[in-house]
Formats: sequence, structure tokens, C-alpha cells
Amino acid sequence: MTNTATTDRPDMIEFRDVHKYYGDYHALRGITATIKAGEFFSLLGPSGCGKTTLLRTIAGFESISSGVVLIDGKNMEGVAANVRPTNMVFQSYAIFPHLSVEENVGFGLRRDPMSKADKAKAVAEALEMVGLKGYGKRAAHALSGGQRQRVALARALILKPKVLLLDEPLSALDKKMREQMQVELIRLQRQVGITFILVTHDQEEALVMSDRIAVMFEGQIAQLADPETLYRRPNSRKVADFIGTMNFMPAKILSENGKVEVEAMGFGRVELDASQVMGSGSGEVSVGLRPETLTILFEGQTATDRESMATVEEVVYYGDMTYYDLRLDGADHPVRISMRNVFGRPVLDIGARTRVAWSPGALVLFR
Amino acid sequence: MKFPILRSYAIIYLLFLYAPIILLPIFAFNDSKIVAFPLSGFTTEWFGQMWADSQLRIAAKNSLTIAVVTATLSTILGIFAARASVRYDWKGKGPIIGLITLPLVLPEMIVAMALLTVLLSMGISLSIWTIILGHVLVCTPFAVVILTAAFQSLDRSLEEAAYDLGESAASTFRLIILPLVMPGILSSFLICFTISIDEFIIANFLGSGQPILSVYIFGNFRFPARVPSMMALGTVLVLLSITLLIIAEYFRRRGIAKTGGKDTGGFL
Ligand SMILES: Nc1ncnc2c1ncn2[C@@H]1O[C@H](COP(=O)(O)OP(=O)(O)OP(=O)(O)O)[C@@H](O)[C@H]1O
Ligand SMILES: [Mg+2]
Repeated sequence: MTNTATTDRPDMIEFRDVHKYYGDYHALRGITATIKAGEFFSLLGPSGCGKTTLLRTIAGFESISSGVVLIDGKNMEGVAANVRPTNMVFQSYAIFPHLSVEENVGFGLRRDPMSKADKAKAVAEALEMVGLKGYGKRAAHALSGGQRQRVALARALILKPKVLLLDEPLSALDKKMREQMQVELIRLQRQVGITFILVTHDQEEALVMSDRIAVMFEGQIAQLADPETLYRRPNSRKVADFIGTMNFMPAKILSENGKVEVEAMGFGRVELDASQVMGSGSGEVSVGLRPETLTILFEGQTATDRESMATVEEVVYYGDMTYYDLRLDGADHPVRISMRNVFGRPVLDIGARTRVAWSPGALVLFR
Repeated sequence: MKFPILRSYAIIYLLFLYAPIILLPIFAFNDSKIVAFPLSGFTTEWFGQMWADSQLRIAAKNSLTIAVVTATLSTILGIFAARASVRYDWKGKGPIIGLITLPLVLPEMIVAMALLTVLLSMGISLSIWTIILGHVLVCTPFAVVILTAAFQSLDRSLEEAAYDLGESAASTFRLIILPLVMPGILSSFLICFTISIDEFIIANFLGSGQPILSVYIFGNFRFPARVPSMMALGTVLVLLSITLLIIAEYFRRRGIAKTGGKDTGGFL
């Protein structure tokens, strides 16, 4: 769901070489990035990489040790959290348990000079927007997880912030509810047009929801790109490993002049575009490919690009999909591939020999 | 029941705890100056005698004043300390909180003697205010412990959410934190009140001779003729405690139900 229109929007958030220390612990190590207005942006990374810390520096809950955070062009240094144009949806939702749903949602309007009737109307509208029409009088603690989530959203959005910050808002929900809320969040974001910044450690969630994603490791942004680029052209093995599954095969660089010619185990000689080459040249050389980029060829099918022979080593049947571990001829370990199951086509057995089709354009070279 | 011994142990324990208290009203209504079985008839004379005792009324008024002021001050101090210890990090926090709560295990005798020495050498004359001072010292650690638990059970992000929604630190405290720790505040107040009202050592040491309930009761027990009316007083105090407890429990449960919290059973 890459939204190309966001690229030419103005900057909403800008980080310039942001560092954060907790005592001796270097939690943010030089974050430089910009987030566009109206963008659905995600911070993705493993536990402890600093996602929450970075989000909280935007909200103003965490001071930074050095660097600059700008919101809508304004330096946020010395600006307290309660006056920043941001609102937050907390991981625990932080619904005020002693207040009713409507008191929660209207909490931020307490200081607003608008009339009581206008406030009530705004609350009703916010509740309707998140699908909680008629729940206003309920006690906040008598809500399900998904409903609390919605109350938290309504409470934050009612103030029409420039930026909505969401810290793992879906992690406490079960799988079904999570998927439903993902769709609703996307819809909501499009509807209100507010910049959403989502923290998640779930790569699938980030891919589904975001216009752009910053992948973080150990206090640094490893790659910032749209979901498709992240998936197809991860800039390091680490990013590739974190997002989806990637198979790696050792390779040797034969020559490079614009294009790079490599000899990759199991694939033979391939010529790769400069855009497929990642890394500084200091790491070990390998090629990576996603599971769905290798296709088993059945009777009568021919490859449009390259074709190799392989032996089936493992079969995992998933109903709609089958995962195979295939050992390409000449390779010392198998690659995992995924095939959509099609009616009338057999699932291969372990030990079977098969032809596979692939394309050099789907490979990524890490070095 | 798998362990008959444990069961009888529990029953004996409870009997030992409550049977003497049941004796209070029995003898309070017993028509005899001698506190002993067999009972000799029903009378309300002792209650009348108690009621007519003007010294006792002054003692009760003094003790109530001391207990209410002590409970209020201790709870307020407890709120400050608990909040500072739960929410903020500062240098020397461990030792300081440790020292604040140390009087929990410090013999009251020591507090009383030390305070008396200091007050006298400073030339401060003894009054119910010096008793209050001593009681606050003794009660505050309880308040700190109870309130620390209350503050700890508060999700930190609630406070941040209020702040995030535009409230100041002060209004966040008033609108969010205070209502949510109210059951803890109530517990703290009641515990401090109870400790203060029946405290004897400090009341005896730091008092100026003005009648104080605990000291007065103790003094009257020396005169056998006064014992039955003290039994009547005891009965009134028991009823008062039960009433207070019921009220407190009602508010505690209401607080928990209102916030949807889990009832952990304990009063604290
Ligand atoms: N107040 C703090 N004091 C000291 N260290 C902290 C503090 N807050 C966070 N850290 C440390 O900073 C690092 C980053 O924390 P952060 O909460 O940002 O991680 P995260 O990426 O959000 O992880 P998770 O997915 O587990 O929430 C962690 O190693 C954490 O232990
Ligand atoms: Mg986090």
C-alpha cells in the first residue's frame, strides 16, 4: 500500500543526529530521519532497539542528550509534552479507569473554551469515528481490549493533533482483532489525514500498514524505505532476516563495471544490477532470495528466465500454501520456497527431483 | 479436612483473639462491681456512669483530636514520600526511604524518650501537640508503606496520558492520580487513626497530664470499682471500630468496583 503521493509532502518530523543516553547506556545512536506530513510511518525493530524511546522523544516524555527534534519545522527543545502538537496512544491504552468512556474521550477538551454542547458533540463524533457510537456512558473499565483501544484512539484524535503516536497499540489484541484493527487504523489515518507514527516489532504489521518504515537495530536506523523496497531490496542481511524470510547462498564476485557479475552457489553465474548490490564491501559475500521468487515447474511449464534442477528435502503443507526445502544442484544447503497450492496440481514428495524457475532480478547481493 | 490439627489450631487462635473482646460487652451489662462469672443480672448503670464522667469526655475529645490530626498529617506526609519514592529517581533514595520507614521496627519507647529529652531541653512545654508530634513520627512510616503500595499499583502511563492530553503536572495529580490512590489514602488514614487512638507510651510520656483516652483507661483499671464502666467504654470503642471498618470497607470496595480493579481481599 505504498502511497507515492506522500513523498512530495512537507516534512512533519525531523530528527537531526539525535542521541539519547540512559546513564551510560547509549539508547539512541545518531538518528537522522524525516517523516512526512500525512504519512503512516512505522518504527520497526526487535525488542530493546529504542523504538519506544524514539517515539517518546517526539511526544516529549523523554529528553534527548544531543541532536534536534523538529515538529512541523519547530525545534522541540524545551517544549513540554503537554503543549506539543502530538498525542499518544499508549501500549496499555492508559484509559482512565475512574472515568466513563465519554469522560475519557473528552478529557483533552477540558481546557478548551468551547461550549459544553460543542464538547458533547465532538465526543459523540469521535466515538462514532472509532465505531463506538452509543458507548459513551459506559464505565471505561468495563470494555474489551479492542474497545479500549478505540477509546484511546478517539481520546487522542479528538484534539486533532498534527502527529498521532502509537506505541505497539495492537500487541495486546488477539490475532483476529489485531487484523481488524490494522485495517481500521489504515482507514482512520486516511480519513483524518494526520501523520501516524506506529511503533511495532511485528514486521507483517509494519508492511501492511505503513507508507514508510524505519527498521531499527540497537539505537540506529538500519534502513528507512517503503515496504516494497524493504522487502525486495533490504540493504543488509540483518534487515533481510528481520523482514520476512530470506535465503542466503554464498557467492563470489567475478567482475564489476556498472553491473556486477557473481558466481553464486546453486545459481551459477548471474549478472546483477547495481541496485541489487547492498553493503559496503566489507562483509562476506552472499546472494539472498525470498521464498516466493523460486517457482517449481510442473509438466509442460517452462521458465521465462533461468531454470535449475533441485531435489526436494522437506515439505510443509499449509493448506493454501506449501513450503518446500529445495536443494539446488551444486548447493550445500537447501533454500526454503513457498508455492501457492493450485487445484489439480500435486504436492511433491520428499526426494523428488524437480525443475525450478527463477530470475536474477529477484536476487540481492550482500557484501 | 485433611489436617484436623491445623484446623483446631486456627479455631483456638481465633477464639484467643476474639473471646476476650466478647467479654467486654458481657461485663459491661453485668449487674455487679466484680468482673467475674457467674453473671448476676442486666444493667445499663455502667454506661450511665461512663457517660456522666466528665474527665472521660475530655479524654475522648483530646484523643479524637490527636488521632484525626495525626492521621491527616501522617497521610499527607505519606503521600509526599510515597509519590517521591515511586515516581522519581533521586540520589540517596534507598537510604532515605529506609530511614523514613525505620520507626516501623523501632521501639516506641525509644521515640518517646528521645523526643521527651529533646522537647524538654528545647523548653517546649508538653501539650496534646507534642503528643501529635510523637504520633506523626510513629504513624508516618505506616502511611508511607501503605501509600507506596497504592502509588505503585498505578500505571505510569495514566499520568503521561493526562499530561499528553494537555494537563499540567498539578491538574494531572488532582484529576487522575489522587482519585485512583484514594482507597490507599483512606486505608492510611484509618490505620494511622487507629494507631494513634490507642497509643499509650507516647501519650503518657509526652502528655501534659491532660486526660488522654488510653492513659485514662489504664489509670482507671487500678480502681476495681471503675472497671465495669471501663468495660462499657470498651464496648463503645469496639462498636465504633466496627462501624469505622464497615464504612472503610464500603468505600474501598466502591473504589475498586469503580475502577474495575481486582479485589485482593486485604484491607491494606
Ligand atoms: N528509563 C530508562 N532507563 C534506562 N534504560 C532505559 C530506560 N528506558 C529504556 N531503556 C533502555 O533503552 C533501550 C531501548 O528501550 P526502548 O523501550 O526504546 O526499546 P523498544 O525498542 O521500545 O523495545 P520493546 O519492543 O521491548 O518495547 C532498552 O535497552 C532499554 O532497556
Ligand atoms: Mg517499546
